[in-house]
Amino acid sequence: MTAPRDIHSYLAEFEDIPGTRIFTAARARQGYHLNQFAMSLMKADNRERWKADERGYLDEWPLTDDQKQAVLARDYNRLLDLGGNIYFLSKIFSTDGKSFVQAVSTMTGMPLEDYQAMMLAGGRSPEGQRSKKDPK
Amino acid sequence: MARITAGVASSHIPALGVAADLNKTQEEYWRPAFAGYDWTRRWEAEQQPDVVILVYNDHASAFDMKIIPTFAIGCGERFKPADEGWGPRPVPDVIGHPDLAWHIAQSLILDEFDMTIINEMDVDHGLTVPLTMMFGQPDAWPCRVIPLAVNVVTYPPPSGNRCWALGEAIARAVESFPENLNVQVWGTGGMSHQLQGPRAGLINQEWDNRFLDRLEGSTQELRHIPHIEYLRETGSEGIEMVMWLIMRGALGQTTRMLHRHYHVPASNTAVGHIVLEPVT
Repeated sequence: MTAPRDIHSYLAEFEDIPGTRIFTAARARQGYHLNQFAMSLMKADNRERWKADERGYLDEWPLTDDQKQAVLARDYNRLLDLGGNIYFLSKIFSTDGKSFVQAVSTMTGMPLEDYQAMMLAGGRSPEGQRSKKDPK
Repeated sequence: MARITAGVASSHIPALGVAADLNKTQEEYWRPAFAGYDWTRRWEAEQQPDVVILVYNDHASAFDMKIIPTFAIGCGERFKPADEGWGPRPVPDVIGHPDLAWHIAQSLILDEFDMTIINEMDVDHGLTVPLTMMFGQPDAWPCRVIPLAVNVVTYPPPSGNRCWALGEAIARAVESFPENLNVQVWGTGGMSHQLQGPRAGLINQEWDNRFLDRLEGSTQELRHIPHIEYLRETGSEGIEMVMWLIMRGALGQTTRMLHRHYHVPASNTAVGHIVLEPVT
């Protein structure tokens, strides 16, 4: 068997990965209602009500003002910071008719065409991306 | 007696399912990703497995944040394709094997794996895309399927070592089922990909291929890869590869590779696929 891991160092290492938010228990708690709101868009009736009045629909959920603003702005990096998980957030962008590639590219700061070209060329290299301590 | 005859691993990228459903597999972008499965579709047609134990993860489809089972086994009669927001995939319902599934669930719990038992759930792309890749587009799937869902979304997911050990316990469970059944175990997800944040799009072909290398033979190195290595080297969603280790663990001491395929990209992700058989 593997030796038990120290939970504090296990979690601390996640914060050393550049440009990445690992969905830890702390984020899952912070984003609970945000993710459950997003999940509600799996139902067609809810999608219709959401599309008719986004702000009104959001106000039915106990989200923070920051979370509501970030949803309305479709600011996915901000939503990750506020406890959102990408698979739950995908319910928002699928309702917008957007694909994973379209939504994911918005988090990279790259235009969609550039992001797709990067993927076709083999993707983003891990060099310099493993740790915040890596030389840039 | 039931016996595990082979293990299959594959990415379960949703865009592959969309490409198949829209008959785009011969388009220039998609052809190389699908071509690596031609061998396997022919091989599966010859093998005619009775049951596939299909290890996958749910992507906020059947499970929301209310309940997060680490290991869940589908013991129901049938499972419908989930509506993930784009509408359900136009693929057949998945027919379970409740007798074997309940036998495995009971055996695993007695073997100290405390499984969650699921009688009703919809199954998302994590389960249906591998079926499409291996079986094409039939009117009905050619075998029974036992869904085995692993939490790799909310941290911590199970360790690679625990996944491997679960695979070993699944093998013991299958071997003690009295009916004569040809059983395959599939591990799905991966390979390198990151779907979130400024680092999205990360792909590590070298690491992925070293992972594929070590599924073959008798090395047990893969069971000791820590989560942080998957995350740093293969992107945040590369962690799904721990699910491949359940398949590998179920094949026993030594494996022989029958087929292997790797292609970048499909959407945001590296496609990896391998077919193994146990060496006895």
